[in-house]
Amino acid sequence: MPEQFLFATEVVLNGLMAGVLYALVALGFVLIYKASGIFNYAQGVMALFAALTLVGIMDGQVPFSHLINAIFGTEIHHFGWHVPALLAILLTIGVMVVLAWAVQRFIFRHLVNQEPILLFMATIGLAYFLEGVGDLMWGSDIKKLDVGLPQGINDWIDVTTFEAFGYGFFIDNLDISATIVAIILVGALIAFSQYTKQGRALRAVADDHQAALSVGISLNFIWILVWSIAGFVALVAGIMWGAKSGVQFSLSLIALKALPVLMLGGFTSIPGAIVGGLIIGVGEKLFEFLIGPMVGGATENWFAYVLALIFLVFRPQGLFGEKIIERV
Amino acid sequence: MNDMSGGNYMTADGRQIGNTLMEMKNITLRFGGVVAISDISFDIHEGEIRAIIGPNGAGKSSMLNVISGFYHPQEGEVWFRGERRPTMKPYQVAAQGIARTFQNIALFNGMSVLDNVMTGRLTHMNAGLFSQALWRGKAEREEVENRETVEKIIDFLEIQAIRKTPVGRLPYGLKKRVELARALAAEPKLLLLDEPMAGMNVEEKEDMSRFILDVNDEFGTTIALIEHDMGVVMDLSDRVVVMDYGRKIGDGTPDEVRNNQEVIDAYLGVSHD
Repeated sequence: MPEQFLFATEVVLNGLMAGVLYALVALGFVLIYKASGIFNYAQGVMALFAALTLVGIMDGQVPFSHLINAIFGTEIHHFGWHVPALLAILLTIGVMVVLAWAVQRFIFRHLVNQEPILLFMATIGLAYFLEGVGDLMWGSDIKKLDVGLPQGINDWIDVTTFEAFGYGFFIDNLDISATIVAIILVGALIAFSQYTKQGRALRAVADDHQAALSVGISLNFIWILVWSIAGFVALVAGIMWGAKSGVQFSLSLIALKALPVLMLGGFTSIPGAIVGGLIIGVGEKLFEFLIGPMVGGATENWFAYVLALIFLVFRPQGLFGEKIIERV
Repeated sequence: MNDMSGGNYMTADGRQIGNTLMEMKNITLRFGGVVAISDISFDIHEGEIRAIIGPNGAGKSSMLNVISGFYHPQEGEVWFRGERRPTMKPYQVAAQGIARTFQNIALFNGMSVLDNVMTGRLTHMNAGLFSQALWRGKAEREEVENRETVEKIIDFLEIQAIRKTPVGRLPYGLKKRVELARALAAEPKLLLLDEPMAGMNVEEKEDMSRFILDVNDEFGTTIALIEHDMGVVMDLSDRVVVMDYGRKIGDGTPDEVRNNQEVIDAYLGVSHD
């Protein structure tokens, strides 16, 4: 088999894995956008905040320790215990649910029936607020996140592919776990939305608010629910990205990568977010591999955005989005 | 002539009408300076088909929205099943057993007909999330029961053939019927229909009239409906409230209302000389 082809296959596989991570972030956007029409700019920061909280809880950090120390002149930083990963994840989910409730109670409940642009602005405000709170609560240093997921090259794949093709593929174990987790997450989300009462209510709200009210659905409850789920998805994304590149404030910028994903897949489609993520992941890796050397590399920084731009021109609703037909 | 303001009465076609189910007392609703409903009182009895009619902008839809909790009147009281109702959100009203349809059809377009009708059962589902996740015990029992009720209603309204069709693809007349099915699925104590025949052709109107009568007959559902079209209303309803410019100008049997001078003026116009 030609070597070039093997290289390309490896690149595609790695692109798929990276795409899964993009899709995870994009999924959070789609959930909230579908149910409430709010484009949540803060989704990336939520992933950061969730990861920070998880690390903080696991390490037994005292929240707001800098603030407390500054006011009371104390010197406390740690409780002195370590929380096991699973328990810490459950506690973090609790924090994200409280956050969802607070966001609904203090921001969006007061903005019902407002222009989409106002809601969007509110989420920008939320993003910066949350970034500040995250900083204040857990400190701004880069943290290592290790929830016990396997990391590094997968030897089995390396050896097997070497024996088969004479060239060992490099696939990161972490990427494999991310893919498995993402598949389970999406499966659970689909099961939830198709087969439970709350899921049905969620789909109903996403479709028509008035009608949902008339069949006895509390919009307030559904919005808290959907922000909680988005918070949970953010946590999963935060864990994966955090484990990959450390928990740091640049994590919130991955939200920007979700934008081209959404433009490709459509803002209202869960399959769209997944397929969009995979296309961007594979596309940018493959482009870098094939065209990169000709233009001096670093195409990964802009490829996704150019692709999104082309989509905006020719198919503004994305691959799976609802077509906007204006009746005159 | 029976006394209709008080308790029970017998209809012309011999149906026994029960006690007062809902009573609106001196309802006034304002939007800023505009008075949409001005000091209106009327009642709805169990088992009755009650119509609210009036020309465009008379405040009929506003009245329906007050009953279903979408609007909250500045003055007046709403009594339901012998108790004064506090200010309620629409979803709470729905949970009390009041279902409705909308003038401009509010269906879940992305879902199938069956799923749409199933959402009507949401107020009857109480199983916890955990039990639902495991699909055991209460959740399973509930789902089976709810499916049975829904299938019965789908049969009744003759929409079996389109059960799996996404609602967005259906023609207008069928959409109206699906909306009715969803409201019925809640097994409501009071069913509110906002212009159920609006925009329909003669044949569709006849179908819809038949369904409304059958629903009332078969399930004994109390129905309050708003209509624009006088003819249809007079054939369907037991008693009629007539509104004009937010005021009540008539209340009684179709015959009484038909002969009411003020109602005739409102509908045909009157020369002011």
